[in-house]
Amino acid sequence: MRVTVRVNGETRQADCWEGESLLFALREKLGLPGSKNACEQGECGSCSVLLDGVLVCSCLVLAAQADGHEVATVEGLADGGELHPVQQAFVDAGAVQCGFCTPGLVVAAVDLLRRNASPSDDEIREALSGNLCRCTGYVKIVDAVRLAAERA
Amino acid sequence: MTRALQVGRAVLAPRADAPPKTQGAFAYSSDLSAPGMLWGHTVRSPHAHARIAAVDISEAVAMPGVHAVLTHADVPGAKHYGLEFADQPVLAIDRVLYVGEPVALVAAEHPEQARRAAERIRVEYEPLPPVDDMERATELPDLHPEKPTRGHGYLEDDRPNVVRHMVIRHGDPETEGEVAVSGVYELGMQDQAFLGPESGLAVPDGEGGVDIYVATQWLHVDRDQIAPCLGLPESAVRVHLAGVGGAFGGREDLSMQIHGALLALHTNRPVKIVYNREESFTGHVHRHPARIWCEHRAARDGRLVNVRMRILLDGGAYASSSTAVTSNAASFAVGPYAVENALIDSTCVYTNNPPCGAMRGFGAVQTCFAAEAQLDKLAAALDIDPVELRLLNALEPGDVLPTGQTITGSLPVAEVIRAAAALEPPPGEPLPRDPLRLPGGAGNTSHGEGVRRGVGFAVGFKNIAYSEGFDDSTAARVRLDPSGFAEVHCAAAEVGQGVTSVILQVARLELGLDDVRLAPSQTANVGSAGSASASRLTWMAAGAVRDACRAALAEQALRPGEEIDVERVYRHPRTTPLDPQTGQITGERAHVAFAVCAMKVVAEVDVDLGLTRVVWIGAAQDVGHALNRQHVEGQIEGGTAQGLGLALMEEIQCRGGLIANASFTDYLIPTMLDMPPVESVLIEDPEPDAPYGLKGVGEPPTVVSTAAVVSALRAATGRELVRVPVRPDDIVF
Repeated sequence: MRVTVRVNGETRQADCWEGESLLFALREKLGLPGSKNACEQGECGSCSVLLDGVLVCSCLVLAAQADGHEVATVEGLADGGELHPVQQAFVDAGAVQCGFCTPGLVVAAVDLLRRNASPSDDEIREALSGNLCRCTGYVKIVDAVRLAAERA
Repeated sequence: MTRALQVGRAVLAPRADAPPKTQGAFAYSSDLSAPGMLWGHTVRSPHAHARIAAVDISEAVAMPGVHAVLTHADVPGAKHYGLEFADQPVLAIDRVLYVGEPVALVAAEHPEQARRAAERIRVEYEPLPPVDDMERATELPDLHPEKPTRGHGYLEDDRPNVVRHMVIRHGDPETEGEVAVSGVYELGMQDQAFLGPESGLAVPDGEGGVDIYVATQWLHVDRDQIAPCLGLPESAVRVHLAGVGGAFGGREDLSMQIHGALLALHTNRPVKIVYNREESFTGHVHRHPARIWCEHRAARDGRLVNVRMRILLDGGAYASSSTAVTSNAASFAVGPYAVENALIDSTCVYTNNPPCGAMRGFGAVQTCFAAEAQLDKLAAALDIDPVELRLLNALEPGDVLPTGQTITGSLPVAEVIRAAAALEPPPGEPLPRDPLRLPGGAGNTSHGEGVRRGVGFAVGFKNIAYSEGFDDSTAARVRLDPSGFAEVHCAAAEVGQGVTSVILQVARLELGLDDVRLAPSQTANVGSAGSASASRLTWMAAGAVRDACRAALAEQALRPGEEIDVERVYRHPRTTPLDPQTGQITGERAHVAFAVCAMKVVAEVDVDLGLTRVVWIGAAQDVGHALNRQHVEGQIEGGTAQGLGLALMEEIQCRGGLIANASFTDYLIPTMLDMPPVESVLIEDPEPDAPYGLKGVGEPPTVVSTAAVVSALRAATGRELVRVPVRPDDIVF
């Protein structure tokens, strides 16, 4: 079936098999592999995107369900050559190691800071507890979100 | 030292791969694609132990979109491969030894077509009773009667299913002490749980060769295993490093490399294979489950006089790196303590459980958990402060290890212990409080009446780099372009640890040049870098790049204005094997160098509900010389989290060889709510044998943190807690 989605402000179309997830469509059909395929069952948050402004795991949304909707992915956050402040904070705080969890965490952190401009450490931890990271022990990720909030 | 200090000061620059990683623009192995690409799928055994009577692929071949269905008969070269021993079939031949063992391959135009075709492959199995209990393995039928690990200089042991048996006899192992404590400890099977699943892209070159883009830890040893199975010369198999989504030992063994290449060469199309999470749990080796029997004998003043330990490890179905894990478990069993007498008996067995091999800490994690519990027990029996007891016995340069090796390099055990012990934990938190800050978080149904706080302490150490006579080397190539930039080639695997930053940092320092470019890691343009393992790569890559840069500058001085292109191979000081009968050194050293980490942990336990919360962790680590403090802290924090996971939640649960929890729903790893803040102190005592005095830092925090977390739980509950992961039942009942 043909799916039409507005991705990062641009209308895109893809021919999808009915069983394909939005994650698969983004990665394999639309050339946007930034959202990651770590568990593909909604446990790790690596594939986090905003669907009509709501944070979702794109692996749990069928591509067909996204038809006619608005999707924001990690690829759309930077402004030209300039990183989004959350991305810059992840770089500066040393919150990136292997980086496989990073796109999902960045999207989830952007979503958090839109809802709560100056979250406490506990609020950061609760909001991002659905995003698994295996490399960092999360210490510098909390630092990064705090840094992004302070700079805003 | 001047040069070393410059290196440390020079670096505040963030790692070069961080910006693209935050933007989703970094190409991981599962992100790759190519025109005309097919998707590969692996058919795996549902049985832990079975004979294969027949395989019928006729239905699968006829399915829509299918371009190839391959079995062992289609493997053109060697039918077996292996990281250290070629004991593992590329595709099962006439038997399967574990659930998930690859049996057949499919390539199709869409991954769902490949999966559906795979379901139509009819494999006729004759199930056999599985060997699933490591304690009984040596009395049951031999899974590997051909004994692939025999003849490699290990202690002869004719019992069935022995991968390696090793004994270290030190001093007089019959020596009595005035006080003795004993215990039996157990660790479950841990998964590396890297987030980037096993994946890669194989591209045929049209001339019979193949390029393989894959997430791995050691490109050249992958190639050395792949080429013989494809029946190709090494030069026709080019392995390229694709973006690696974490490794932790789990990418030392091959996963999809040979399979992808077989399908690509068979179809003459690029083939991508991406495991899903469930498949990933069977697609790589795990940390060995262990049972460890200990007796520690001491003098009344607290001095250790004799340590006796028996270690049993479940190696699973194939050898992988189990022989080295067996040895590491034994070599570091006593911990960083001086003792004049010891008897360490370490055995790894084959079973029909999932294969076990390398995971961060590599044998030292298991014995550290047991030995540090013993030290706490001994401290209680002697009524000595646990930190004082450790200081009293702390190893120092000049001391002799149970293997007979004298510590010659840097090993500031006492300094590390003092630094960790001096860290001040945060004050206790009053009740009532936000449920998020109770053990179990929002899942806690009480008001915190049963919450008890405990402070734990532990020390861990292990070797750096490969040991026991292994020819451990890293190559680097430096090209000085006449237009004024330099290009560095090194096949070191960037797995997230930041080795590419180290390489660039060293090259810029040595060449005195800012415009240094790092070529993509691959096998074709430079010699082997060795593995991203054993906390070795920062040391080894820094040594190789330093040597290549200095050689390039020397060459440039002779031929100014010309292009310079030199390659150098760096080796650390030579090691020699351990005597198979006594476990004693046969040369100056069996291990090159060591690193130590001490950790203080504050935990709260709800003793009514069995729920836990780690409140704070303080770590002090011996890092030689920190090339980049932020990276070193990141390794300490991340390594600590993995040990915390093993202490509290992580276990692959096997039932008759079947993994019962192959998902992140059922195999839990720490979330941001499970990991507390970590305070790190870096102890810098330069390693004389290492470039810039540095030491590898990845493993020591993982070695110690499981032991330290459980020490805190014991302090909070007064319970023995001899098994990890600690379950609520262990605390309540």
